[in-house]
Amino acid sequence: MDLELMASSFPKLLNATLVTLKLLSLSLIFGLILGLFFAILRLNKNIILNRFSYFYSYIFRGTPLLVQIFIIYFGLGQIEFLRSSFLWIILKEPYWCAIIAFSLNTGAYTSEILRSAFETINKGFIEAGDSLGISKKIIFYKIQIPIAIRQSLPAYGNEIILMLKGTSLASTVTLMDLTGVAKYIISTTFKPIEVFIVAGGIYLFMTFIIHNFIRYLEKKYSY
Amino acid sequence: MNVIKKFSLSILITLFLSVSANADKIRIGTEGAYPPWNSKDASGKLIGFEVELAWTLCRYIGQQCEIVEQDWDGMIPALIMRKFDAIMAGMSITDERKKAINFSQGYADEVASLAVMKGSNLEGMQTSEGINLTKKSGAVKKDLKTITQALAGKTVCVQTATIHQNFLESGDVGKVNVRTYKTQDEVNLDLASGRCDVALAAAVAFTDYAEKSKKPVVLVGPTFSGGAFGNGVGVGIRKDDTELLKAFNSAINKARKNGDISRIATKWFGFDASM
Repeated sequence: MDLELMASSFPKLLNATLVTLKLLSLSLIFGLILGLFFAILRLNKNIILNRFSYFYSYIFRGTPLLVQIFIIYFGLGQIEFLRSSFLWIILKEPYWCAIIAFSLNTGAYTSEILRSAFETINKGFIEAGDSLGISKKIIFYKIQIPIAIRQSLPAYGNEIILMLKGTSLASTVTLMDLTGVAKYIISTTFKPIEVFIVAGGIYLFMTFIIHNFIRYLEKKYSY
Repeated sequence: MNVIKKFSLSILITLFLSVSANADKIRIGTEGAYPPWNSKDASGKLIGFEVELAWTLCRYIGQQCEIVEQDWDGMIPALIMRKFDAIMAGMSITDERKKAINFSQGYADEVASLAVMKGSNLEGMQTSEGINLTKKSGAVKKDLKTITQALAGKTVCVQTATIHQNFLESGDVGKVNVRTYKTQDEVNLDLASGRCDVALAAAVAFTDYAEKSKKPVVLVGPTFSGGAFGNGVGVGIRKDDTELLKAFNSAINKARKNGDISRIATKWFGFDASM
């Protein structure tokens, strides 16, 4: 066990963790917006909107994240007319390709989490609002959404942790995230165990923080 | 419970048998993604210069061999961890790698080159035909300066953990915006898509890709050898495996003397890349 290498690679890996956190937070923000949007479509009675939302989550939950990244990064890069369009400004960058893939993926899972949360809301809450003469819109924003968010916290916490680990796939499209830099250090030192232990430790620490933060939120908003 | 016990025992026995059955075979690791050195045919079978050479060398050693596939970026760690006993994967002999493993004598050599897509403004780069970085003469320095200027602000793509990456990070061509890929295939794809302004690899890797894909990939600048580019390609072997190293060295001697290496090299490269 080369402790010196572990110590010297730690600051480099910590630096790369910033890239990982940036990827994670941006994907989660976009994913949450997408998820909420598609969850609402799913609850809609309109069959086309409903099916469209179902299809989206079916595709992105039914294929591996790695395949999704490869299709978006290498696949779309092969299409001539995309390359000459304005979209190429975004698709040219590995960073944005990764964010698009991560957002679409976590968006699909988030939409399912939120949908089930909406569906399990006690009808009594809505009826109570109704009987007080509150409009449907206010009931949705002030009663249904807050309860749905509280209901989905445990499952969503899981999703954040899965996504954190999913960001390690960014290294497959040349991004120098935590895993990418770990691989880079290994490629010059040929010592995978030491470097991966340090990188794994950093991932574990981040999961620990996320896990406890969600637990805290769950307690705070329990009813 | 009894069933589980029996089942796990049988698994253990199978594992033990398969390990001992492999014990007298030399396992050779290759990447299978770096044509014409090593690659795979449509059915997934490993082919290429080094695959054919490996079988030839094994015949001279007089032992059975098995060729194992391994991702490039884990090649040396996998050798050290005994997933196989020798590397034949277009791996150049460099001082950096020699700190971790031993190399047999070189069996083939290649030159590296920059490549761009047709129409790039790097196409007109004025340099000599080829430069050897072992001796940095005035002419070599002048070429390196030209390349430094040409690469400034460009995204240069290479396969990870290669001599080509080492060269770009050596400072010989200033500070370059390097992007690293897991395989040479991916470098080629992104060169063609335009994500890479320019790529650096073995010249044959680009000519092979241009020929197979019919994409307008053109080589620019000088061919590189020596210095960071190492001293030819050899068989990588664990430091404590001195017997195997001797066996490979004498097998390479015999194969060279009989003209096997240059015959196989000419077949796969289109020219005699043997050494």
